[in-house]
Amino acid sequence: MGFLAELPIEVRKVAARVVTPEHGGVVTFVGAVRNHHAGRSVVRLEYSAYGPMADAEFARIIAEAEVRWPARVAVEHRIGTLEVGDVAVVVVAAAAHRDAAFDACRYVIEELKRRVPIWKREHYADGSAGWVDPTAAGVSF
Amino acid sequence: MATSAVRIKVLLFARFAELLGSTELDLELRSPATVRTVLDTLRERSGGARLPPSPLVARNQVHAQLDTALEDGDEVAVLPPLAGG
Repeated sequence: MGFLAELPIEVRKVAARVVTPEHGGVVTFVGAVRNHHAGRSVVRLEYSAYGPMADAEFARIIAEAEVRWPARVAVEHRIGTLEVGDVAVVVVAAAAHRDAAFDACRYVIEELKRRVPIWKREHYADGSAGWVDPTAAGVSF
Repeated sequence: MATSAVRIKVLLFARFAELLGSTELDLELRSPATVRTVLDTLRERSGGARLPPSPLVARNQVHAQLDTALEDGDEVAVLPPLAGG
């Protein structure tokens, strides 16, 4: 199962993988490309990944969430060039009730940021570009 | 078997690939070898001195530590700061 998408992500299709009639609570997190970062104007960005490990890590994170909460989780993350406003990542957590859905969704997006080998190169309005380092001082994550 | 060689594949990504000028390297290390051995070897190459002291690393697509032992045929990835999501 691949979690990396080279084409635009359709939230409805991601949700359709896990949502069933028994699920009364569905939480969807949508991460979009914003037009600013650390005070600079961003015009577009490129996501790249260590594909096989990213897929394996996504599978591990989802399995952890589904063991910890009575929920089903689906994830898709874009790679390639994205414009401002494009959807970069979608996490859908579906459960019988909202608490498990919120908790599982939050867990998966936070662990994704911590563990999945994906990198982001930003292109700025002044024509320059740079790799995003969320661990660098002064950069909000 | 103490003198046997450990042949591994090193994968470099994003900024680290730019630093080393390569995305994939084959290394032959003396046994016993750890992830730290790989980093020490990379630091001797052109651009390698700019690798951070303790980057994230993976062995066979699983997050690893600097002292993780390596076996012949392993794939070691050196990962710049992750920026997904």
